[in-house]
Amino acid sequence: MTMTTTPRTTKCEGFNLHLVETEKYKTTTIAINIKRKIEPENVTKRALLAQVLKSGTKSYPSSLHIHRFLEDMYGAGFSSSVAKKGNYQIISIRMDVSNEKFLLEQEPLLKQALSFLSEVVQHPFVKDEKFDEKIVQKEKRVLKQRIQSIYDDKMRYANKRLIEEMFENDVYAHHAYGKEDEVDSITSEALFTYYKDVLANDEIDIYVVGDVNGDEVQNTVKSNFQLSERVSGQESDSIRYDVKDKENVIFEEQDVKQGKLHIGYRTSITFEDENYYAIQVFNGIFGGFSHSKLFINVREKESLAYYAVSRMESHIGAIFVMSGIEFKNYDKAVSIIREQMENMKNGSITNDELTQTKEMLRNQILESVDNPNSWIELLYHSKVSGVERSIDEWLEGISNVSLQDVIEAASTVTLDTVYFLKGEGQNDE
Amino acid sequence: MNEIQYDQLKETLYSEEFENGLKVYVLPKKGFNKTYATFTTKYGSIDNHFVPLGENDQLQVPDGIAHFLEHKLFEKEDGDVFQDFSKQGASANAFTSFTRTAYLFSSTSNVKKNLRTLIDFVQEPYFTETTVEKEKGIIGQEIEMYDDNPDWRVYFGVIQNMFHHNPVKIDIAGTVPSIAKITKDLLYTCYETFYHPSNMLLFIVGNVGPHEIIKLVKENQAQKEFAPPEEIKRFFENEPVEVAKKKSVIKMTVQTPKCMVGFKEAKPDRYGEERLIQELSINLLLDYMFGQSSNYYEELYSEGLIDQTFSFDYTEEGEFGFSLIGGDTSDPDLLTERLVNIIETVKSKGIDNDSIDRLKKKKMGGFLRSMNSPEFIANQFTRYEFGEMNLFKVVEAYEKVTKDVLERTLNEHFDQKAFTSCQLRPKKG
Repeated sequence: MTMTTTPRTTKCEGFNLHLVETEKYKTTTIAINIKRKIEPENVTKRALLAQVLKSGTKSYPSSLHIHRFLEDMYGAGFSSSVAKKGNYQIISIRMDVSNEKFLLEQEPLLKQALSFLSEVVQHPFVKDEKFDEKIVQKEKRVLKQRIQSIYDDKMRYANKRLIEEMFENDVYAHHAYGKEDEVDSITSEALFTYYKDVLANDEIDIYVVGDVNGDEVQNTVKSNFQLSERVSGQESDSIRYDVKDKENVIFEEQDVKQGKLHIGYRTSITFEDENYYAIQVFNGIFGGFSHSKLFINVREKESLAYYAVSRMESHIGAIFVMSGIEFKNYDKAVSIIREQMENMKNGSITNDELTQTKEMLRNQILESVDNPNSWIELLYHSKVSGVERSIDEWLEGISNVSLQDVIEAASTVTLDTVYFLKGEGQNDE
Repeated sequence: MNEIQYDQLKETLYSEEFENGLKVYVLPKKGFNKTYATFTTKYGSIDNHFVPLGENDQLQVPDGIAHFLEHKLFEKEDGDVFQDFSKQGASANAFTSFTRTAYLFSSTSNVKKNLRTLIDFVQEPYFTETTVEKEKGIIGQEIEMYDDNPDWRVYFGVIQNMFHHNPVKIDIAGTVPSIAKITKDLLYTCYETFYHPSNMLLFIVGNVGPHEIIKLVKENQAQKEFAPPEEIKRFFENEPVEVAKKKSVIKMTVQTPKCMVGFKEAKPDRYGEERLIQELSINLLLDYMFGQSSNYYEELYSEGLIDQTFSFDYTEEGEFGFSLIGGDTSDPDLLTERLVNIIETVKSKGIDNDSIDRLKKKKMGGFLRSMNSPEFIANQFTRYEFGEMNLFKVVEAYEKVTKDVLERTLNEHFDQKAFTSCQLRPKKG
């Protein structure tokens, strides 16, 4: 028996509303996800829009007004961010508010929160058909700093560089934050024009998770969000990328102490495929956990690294290996990682590895519904792929994966790019 | 078994202290899939000078040994405990802080089995010279990973500026030369001294029955023999009130400079309610001066001196205490000057009651939100309990955080003598 509640989804004018009624939490979480395919010319604009939207509304024309309001709402959480899921760039506006039940004074916090969020989306602070100049300037500066900070965190930097190399000819190469040199040229007018386009055309999903009265919430949401009907469900994007003729190897030098070895693989299996469960198990055995082949062989047996993991991008069909190693251990680490991949492909997988991994994946899925934000994330994965997958189906799918399924999934995996960030003037040896 | 109900939070906490001195706490969480348990010893990186259990002479141990011990405890004669946990569908982990070492797991099945595994592996050390040597490579890479992390460097940089002698200024993981000196015998000495049940606390939160959990732990402990509890003698050199260094600059391969300033607490040896009120007061003061709803935050943000990475915090742990303020900035010198001026301005103007009320509301909401998180509850409860405070009394304690208390604390803690700053600047390449 698993403790999951099925979300109730309602198609409303211009958006979908997903309600999860549960008594687990002391707060109510709301997420508004605004989705559009990555458009190279608009990536930076969209990142900036996510920040501008959180910085002023008609009734609360500055961050200061907004934050005072949030504090009065018992310190409601509020954020607006941008992220990539497959070939989509998604703006996510989130809020969580205390459930009135736990407060001494009874205030209609959820109603106030929904009304505030509808203003964030529909009535930002606008003057003369453009966003407020001061807000835009400020947020441009912050966005630039944000983009720069990727460079400062070498793990994130190496990840970004690997993706740029691996997806050279695809929109997926774009970082969700956009490009630093494009920020300055965005005008308040152009941003506002883009915003109107987003509001009229993008696919919008609203999630509400908490101990709430579903019907009441539905009415409140409907009366607050007055959006126009739009062409729904842009067809899901099953671009299959061509496998490169030969592996790409990229070396880069910086003044760092530890080398960052990031390796990108492609697989033809993505979230919507039936053998998605098998590729998840594959990734788990390969490098998802502390019993996985990468952890055991790179770290435990050879002491080459503190971390050696693999992560999957489910919507694009990519697997990324990450490890921090000494520069001189490059060849050794790469050959161990290759050997582990060979073992995956030829089925050198123990029964323990298979069952442990399935247990851990099951645990991961069940744990994610204990946290309102990861629950929403899980539900939204299904939404983005266009394939509804209930928690129970997911659990069953994982438990049915056989060794043969994993070997078959492994056969779809090919090495694409090896990226190594190393110290300046270091030899390859 | 003790049972305490917290009506407003709708939570009940069960606890028992066993003959060997171990304290166990259980917080049932209805509706959750996951159970999260931490087994924590009051032993961290600062405890490097003590009298070993059953001996008379003081011993100074190598830097980083508490953290090293944490790594090695996972290894057993018949392999790695990580493997046992993943077979049982649990993910296990551990962390070492300045004052605590915690071992933990979370799982959605086999809770009792996992709990036994947790208790047993922490209470049955197995160290050998070979495995100790092997770990040095792994931890060496962990140290280098942190060396390349600018946020960690500036955080530690400012702590190093503050302290003349207190071992809080030593990196938790130690250095490559210091961990080279660690031996199997030294690990056993530290283990025997600090892992006595009377120095430890077990916290279980999740969908569990408190009676059966406590019974399980009791039976488990009854089968084991421990030396009689003894007061641990730890030594710390007298720490001057003044900071060791007023300013330091670190150069790294980054694009955005960083700046962290701090105040060293002159009397960090409070316990119980007194410490709780001190912590709440300083954190509220920081929010008052630098939180997103303050005029000063708005000014600094508008001037481009801070961005969303700006943060602040106060910690007090008996032997040391400090507040930290900072983040990414375009101009570390100017930001430092502005932060100091803001504090002086607030000192001369005093604090207004409306803002205090609003901030208290915010803190209450924040506290409720954190009650959604089993991780927060277990880890913070333990930290509070080691400082003789009660996590579930936080909301009540705010009543004692009055304008008078705040103004007194403001003048005492934020003293120029206690001030220091650390800057991280891009290396010219």
